[in-house]
Amino acid sequence: MSARAAWRLETLGFTRVYRYRPGKANWLANGLPSEGTQANVPRAGQVTRADVPTCRLGERIGDVRQRVTATGWDMCLVVTDDNVVLGRLRGKALQAEPTARVDDVMEEGPTTIRPDTLLADIVPSMQQRHVESIVVTTPDGRLIGVMFRQAAEARLTTSPATPEDTNGS
Amino acid sequence: MLTTIQLDKLQELIKQAAILVDVLPADEYTREHLPGAINIPLKTLNHATTAMLPSDRPIIAYCHDFQ
Repeated sequence: MSARAAWRLETLGFTRVYRYRPGKANWLANGLPSEGTQANVPRAGQVTRADVPTCRLGERIGDVRQRVTATGWDMCLVVTDDNVVLGRLRGKALQAEPTARVDDVMEEGPTTIRPDTLLADIVPSMQQRHVESIVVTTPDGRLIGVMFRQAAEARLTTSPATPEDTNGS
Repeated sequence: MLTTIQLDKLQELIKQAAILVDVLPADEYTREHLPGAINIPLKTLNHATTAMLPSDRPIIAYCHDFQ
């Protein structure tokens, strides 16, 4: 649709026409602001914590554990130099032998969501599967942070879940 | 010449006062759109509806996704 629109604009005489091909979905999925009646609906990005510790493949668990413990977290996300999420360390993986390599014990490819995911959609799913937290990334897999179910539930109790709720209908 | 752009270029053009044109139907625009975007649905794009667009600024058309 945007391609046809951009071509039409050119035929109407405009000379500096661009087409943002990924569209609104991509903008929102990168956690960027929006306007409109649905703009303030609670979404994952609003309750995502960006301070989650990270580590790289090849690091030793002993070093990572020391760093993670110091931050007060009980998990660490394994990322590339470009901040793309590859894996997760938590529980037994974080308690592995100090000399173990991150890539040997990490949980591969954790489930991720985008920051524009509606809390009204994701929270029931997390509750049903007893999931306490979930990784939030951009569409190209770059880490934004971690969303905790408890924070999401709290947000849903204080904010309307849908625009219709806002309108009182 | 029509140029297809990604998010990084879009943000750069926005800083250069580009005009964002949401070509989705009005109800979708009303629900949610990019900050500052104006709505000219694809089916209504013509000389009259684009008359207010400045010809000396970049114009960026977008819809929902890769359509």
